[in-house]
Amino acid sequence: MEETNYNTETIVADPMVPTLYRVENYVKETSDTFTLAIAPSGSAAEIKTAKQKQLDAAPGQFNMLYVFGMGEVPVSISASPAGGGLLTHTTRDVGSVTKALSALKVGDMLGVRGPFGTSWPVERAVGKDVVLVAGGIGLAPLRPVIHELLARRNDFGRVVVLYGSRSPADIIFKNELKKWKAQPGVIVYVTVDRGSTSWHGSVGVVTRLIPKIRFDPANAIVMICGPEIMMHYTVDALKQRGMSGEDIYVSMERNMKCAVGFCGHCQFGEHFICKDGPVFPYDRLSSLFRKPEI
Amino acid sequence: MKTLELAIAKHPFFHDLPAEDISIIAGLANVVNFKEGDVLFKEGADADKFYLVIQGKVALEAYNPGRGIITIQTVEDGEMLGWSWLVPPYKYRFGAKVITKTEMIVINGKQLRVKCDQYPVLGYEMMKRMVRAIAFRLEQTRLMFMDVYGKPAKKY
Repeated sequence: MEETNYNTETIVADPMVPTLYRVENYVKETSDTFTLAIAPSGSAAEIKTAKQKQLDAAPGQFNMLYVFGMGEVPVSISASPAGGGLLTHTTRDVGSVTKALSALKVGDMLGVRGPFGTSWPVERAVGKDVVLVAGGIGLAPLRPVIHELLARRNDFGRVVVLYGSRSPADIIFKNELKKWKAQPGVIVYVTVDRGSTSWHGSVGVVTRLIPKIRFDPANAIVMICGPEIMMHYTVDALKQRGMSGEDIYVSMERNMKCAVGFCGHCQFGEHFICKDGPVFPYDRLSSLFRKPEI
Repeated sequence: MKTLELAIAKHPFFHDLPAEDISIIAGLANVVNFKEGDVLFKEGADADKFYLVIQGKVALEAYNPGRGIITIQTVEDGEMLGWSWLVPPYKYRFGAKVITKTEMIVINGKQLRVKCDQYPVLGYEMMKRMVRAIAFRLEQTRLMFMDVYGKPAKKY
């Protein structure tokens, strides 16, 4: 039998080694969400390599952020250095590692592996209406898409951003939402599940906005990011508007560990979310969606 | 078609309703403009009107002792407000206050009930449309109760 030699050093070792990054800016978005802007550290050559890797990151991809002594978590890129700023991630402190991330200060170091995964289909959306539906912290992975759509505004048809949040206090990127809304040809709707006495905006779930928005379902791309159940009902409402599943993209969240499809932690049916996702055309996942046993 | 009949025919709730039914409803309706802060009805009051928002925003409110008045949901462009006119004891379950300048079709609910009894085909059509709207509202309310954006529950 012929023996096959795998060069595991170049295939496996490289993506598993984190690059050292420094926290350059920290913004507390809400009581439990925060944004970290980071820059590579080390020798000039290391910094150059790291910068190039992240410049190539596409909207929707994620990095593994390593808090030394605590562990690693996957976090979507919420702003790309390709836009001229720093590599930025926005997340929520839900577990021990994200809590440790939230405690980092400007000047603290962390490890970064990535970028990994599939991206939002921005090029497929050229010439079409683009509808982005975000729920909660799900606005963060869609933010680089919004940046790109605005930077190349003439390449796309109508741009509609629908954002559902738990309460007015939980709305992230508040100032940016206002700026996006002020752009010509961009529609931004924000709705909350629970109002407050000072809130004069919409109260209700984000899915109720779908029947009302103006776009051409036959010539549109929809990108959805949020809790799975919210994505399910959003797809339902979009299909009632005549959208085809192949033009609807969802971003899935699972417990990614190795991020390169080896460990199996994030297996979802026959897919590995880290490698085959996190962004999928809905049609590829429809049979697996909301199955308790998966 | 007259302006009022056109406004009714254009509202999504009455989509594709036959012209003769539109005409019956127009006889019981008016288009009214409300300003920010106007109270449409209070919780417990007689439910004698059925509202359809053409453009604007209305808050459905409930008073929760100790926590004040809470907005349960907003009703906006193309949506309907209030089904208590159809269901005994014909009292509003919640209050409604205008948030932004709002244009609405306001229908006399009591008279509409009489017409629905008098013309069963119209009555059944109204009932189907009301049930569809109520089912949609119920689904949304269930989703809101699920607190889908809350932190994941701890696994024990």
